Amino acid sequence: MASTVVIDKAAPTRSVKYGSMSRDRAWALRWSYFFLTLFAIFSLVPPIYMLITSLKSSAEISAATNPWWVFHPTLSNYAELLSSNQFLRFFWNSAIVSIIVVTITMLISVPAAFALSRMRFWGSATLATGVFLTYLIPDTLLFLPLFKMFATFGDWTGIQLINRWYVLLIVYPTLTVPFCTWIMIGYFASIPKELDEAAIIDGASWFQTLTRIFIPVALPGIIAATIFAFTVSWAQFLYPLVFTTSVDQLVMPVGIVTSLIKGDVFAWGQIMTGALLGAAPPLIIYAFLMDYYIAGLTAGATKG
Amino acid sequence: MADVTLRKVVKRYDDVEAVRGIDLDIADHEFVVLVGPSGCGKSTTLRMIAGLEDITDGDIMIGGDVVNDVPPKDRDIAMVFQNYALYPHMTVAENMSFGLRLKHFPKAEIKSRVDEAARMLDIAELVDRKPKQLSGGQRQRVAMGRAIVRHPKVFLFDEPLSNLDAKLRVQMRIEIKKVHQKVRTTTVYVTHDQVEAMTLADRVVVMNHGRIEQIGTPNDLYHKPATRFVAGFIGSPAMNFVPCRLEDVSGKLHIRLTDRISFPLPPARAARYQSVGRDEKLLLGLRPEHITEASAHPEPGVEEFETVLDVIEPMGMETLVYFTLEGAQICGKVNPNVNAQAGKPLRLAVDLNNMHLLNEATGAVI
Amino acid sequence: MVDVTFQPNRVAAARTVRKRASLKTALKRKSTAAFLMTLPLILLILVLVIYPAFYSLHLATLNKSMQRFIGLGNFQFLFKRDTFWLVVEQSCIFAITAVIFKALIGFVVAHFVHNIPAKGQRKWRGMLLVPWVIPPAMSTLAWLWLFDPSYSAFNYTLSFFNIGPIPWTGDAYWARFSVILVNIWFGAPFFMIMYLASLKSVPDQLYEAAAIDGANWWQRIWYVTLPMMRNIIAITTLFSLIVTFANFDIVRILTAGGPIDHTHIFATWAVRIGIEGGDIPLGASVSLFMLPILAIAATFILRDINKRGNEA
Repeated sequence: MASTVVIDKAAPTRSVKYGSMSRDRAWALRWSYFFLTLFAIFSLVPPIYMLITSLKSSAEISAATNPWWVFHPTLSNYAELLSSNQFLRFFWNSAIVSIIVVTITMLISVPAAFALSRMRFWGSATLATGVFLTYLIPDTLLFLPLFKMFATFGDWTGIQLINRWYVLLIVYPTLTVPFCTWIMIGYFASIPKELDEAAIIDGASWFQTLTRIFIPVALPGIIAATIFAFTVSWAQFLYPLVFTTSVDQLVMPVGIVTSLIKGDVFAWGQIMTGALLGAAPPLIIYAFLMDYYIAGLTAGATKG
Repeated sequence: MADVTLRKVVKRYDDVEAVRGIDLDIADHEFVVLVGPSGCGKSTTLRMIAGLEDITDGDIMIGGDVVNDVPPKDRDIAMVFQNYALYPHMTVAENMSFGLRLKHFPKAEIKSRVDEAARMLDIAELVDRKPKQLSGGQRQRVAMGRAIVRHPKVFLFDEPLSNLDAKLRVQMRIEIKKVHQKVRTTTVYVTHDQVEAMTLADRVVVMNHGRIEQIGTPNDLYHKPATRFVAGFIGSPAMNFVPCRLEDVSGKLHIRLTDRISFPLPPARAARYQSVGRDEKLLLGLRPEHITEASAHPEPGVEEFETVLDVIEPMGMETLVYFTLEGAQICGKVNPNVNAQAGKPLRLAVDLNNMHLLNEATGAVI
Repeated sequence: MVDVTFQPNRVAAARTVRKRASLKTALKRKSTAAFLMTLPLILLILVLVIYPAFYSLHLATLNKSMQRFIGLGNFQFLFKRDTFWLVVEQSCIFAITAVIFKALIGFVVAHFVHNIPAKGQRKWRGMLLVPWVIPPAMSTLAWLWLFDPSYSAFNYTLSFFNIGPIPWTGDAYWARFSVILVNIWFGAPFFMIMYLASLKSVPDQLYEAAAIDGANWWQRIWYVTLPMMRNIIAITTLFSLIVTFANFDIVRILTAGGPIDHTHIFATWAVRIGIEGGDIPLGASVSLFMLPILAIAATFILRDINKRGNEA
């Protein structure tokens, strides 16, 4: 007997179910967008306000007209800052310090992460946890003893460390290396070991395995760590505030805060311009490489 | 091409012995399959041959040279991994030629070898694609191509078909066999699937708990298993084991299964088992194909009995029938036309010419 | 006879010699290379993190000019100061309040982003992460300007609703609120990103099974989402607690600890005393008070990481 399709006329037809489900979903979506817009506004108000203020002349600012709108936009703040040697000096110092620190960080972190994630050796597990834990000893605890240590070092050897921008090259890595290593350990560990083994069997030395197989595959993680190291270096405030005091040694964050705020006379147009320019490099990198940025952060979230 | 020899090879992790002293001689051009359940030590053995694991004790020789301390890249071997291990940032051609490029082979030679392997494996149109654009079967072929172009002394396969779906697995099995017929390189192949072992191997090595249970051709292992483990592992559906005893009834040797069922042994078998103790606990080993429906003209050595069936599984080509005997679940194969129904009795015949008798305590086949 | 008895030993001896040699080379290859690769990291941490941490313990026991050993004198001095206890209280309130709100907001926003179709998520994620990307010193300047006593843009807007000008940084309690607010603004995106990634990794089938079992949206969150995200929630919360506790930039720029020390936290007060006041040992003592609390949090994290490792 041939089998026939039986239509159950008593069962509720599907269109009703779909209708109610999709209506629920539509409302859920509308609420989601509504709240997301609220939060987005909350997130973007300060930087947008920075932009708005930076385009105002000091006359317009003190006139106290609507602060949310620019009536007579001017680029004079930008012109003044970008032609100010002092400001350019801050930018230059920040750039040099950040770039060198990123290089140092990568040179230390990449081999360490590689060894800790893929080479089982005595103590590697404790070391990996230890790396993570040192990140929890904050700079606000270390800055005083470091200050004294550098002062003493200067006395002993005559090499002046306090109030020199290159001292930052020594302390910044303590902030970048542990987290970069941790990001990369998570990332490296997710690359299957069989890849290394296949390369070894194909005849590669460990160095060739590292450079021709591993690093190309691990590149996204490395890029993410690089971005993170740069952003952290650029944004540092406490260490440079404590260790550098002369105007020509300052980096951006400290420079803008201390030199543009002269007593009680706040040249807010310039301050906001300076702040925006100071925030620009990380923002630009973020705009172009957002996915790497986020990948670096979340490398730990899903796998731990 | 080379032969591979393992002498008393042991692998110890802290205090766990994964491989407990195995001896194995693999002849040149031979296709040997290491088969066994998870954790039996077959992959560890393969990796020791490859040099990816250190040898705790014993020797491994490839082509007559002891390679214990030789790093993998100098052993002249090639390996195909379970999850292919293709370099994701390289094209298929680059993946296949990586080993040759490392050794600075001339470009023309590299190209000809890659083309030849690609043609053999039917992946010639894929050479410029990246692994993530390929299907599972295609990736596996690329992995094999990478091994072939190196013209190594030994091919090592580590469960290469486990990640493929059933249909693809059958296809790839045939591909692997074709490649071996063409290239004739000594091959050591690890799998947990006894069907792969039986279909691919010149000789099969059955491993269990770090030891070799039996080495032999597929036919040998199927028809002359040496231990209970091998008897139960090889063949699907598995061999049936029924507790039994030998007894003498009116001068002839009988085998008693239950209070009701006792069969006389055929003469050849009776002669072989004459010296076995009548009180010893034994196991009767019978493959399902030797438990069939009773026929009108029973042959010598075939005994009949009736039992109630528990479950039937119509397979089309045959019908599997399951019933219980002394608490053990038994499987038999009957003709699909036989009226077998669950819960109803059926008259079955056992072919005792093909029986195996095992010592229950030691697991050895008598 | 002699040959026969010697032979086995020689083979055995040769075997052990070969094994020892191979052992040595094996060690040489992998372990030492691995150790060398981690050596710079270890040195960096030892010299610039571990050593200074202990050194600060030593410093805290010295007098102001660092000539004399005064034991716990600095601590005794601090215990008698009202400002010190104010700082302790404020640091704790800031850290706990800020982290709770950051985690909550991060969790809620992550859900919203997760709900919208995948194509749009990238855009929204991008916008919502901006606070975390801007150097905190720079964005705090923006907030400072937004909170300015005379020109506050917020007060301007609020005046349309007849809400009087709020002394964001002038009044002690509003100042605390402002500091916490900026902290939340800055830190919530971090939570959002981490939680979003974790949300994505919860298998849909669990939600489907819960829906079939009759769970509503709240029950689904409580019984499916939260347990699956337990580890990430624990780690990010503790991590943030420690980082927030030790925060410096925001308070320093926004209120410089005022008014009347009512927003001082450990970090800013330590700078005030140690660097500006020139009393390094006293400043070190202040900083050190963060240690017990950090240590407790660290042990919790350690326990959690180990537990996670075992589960995996």
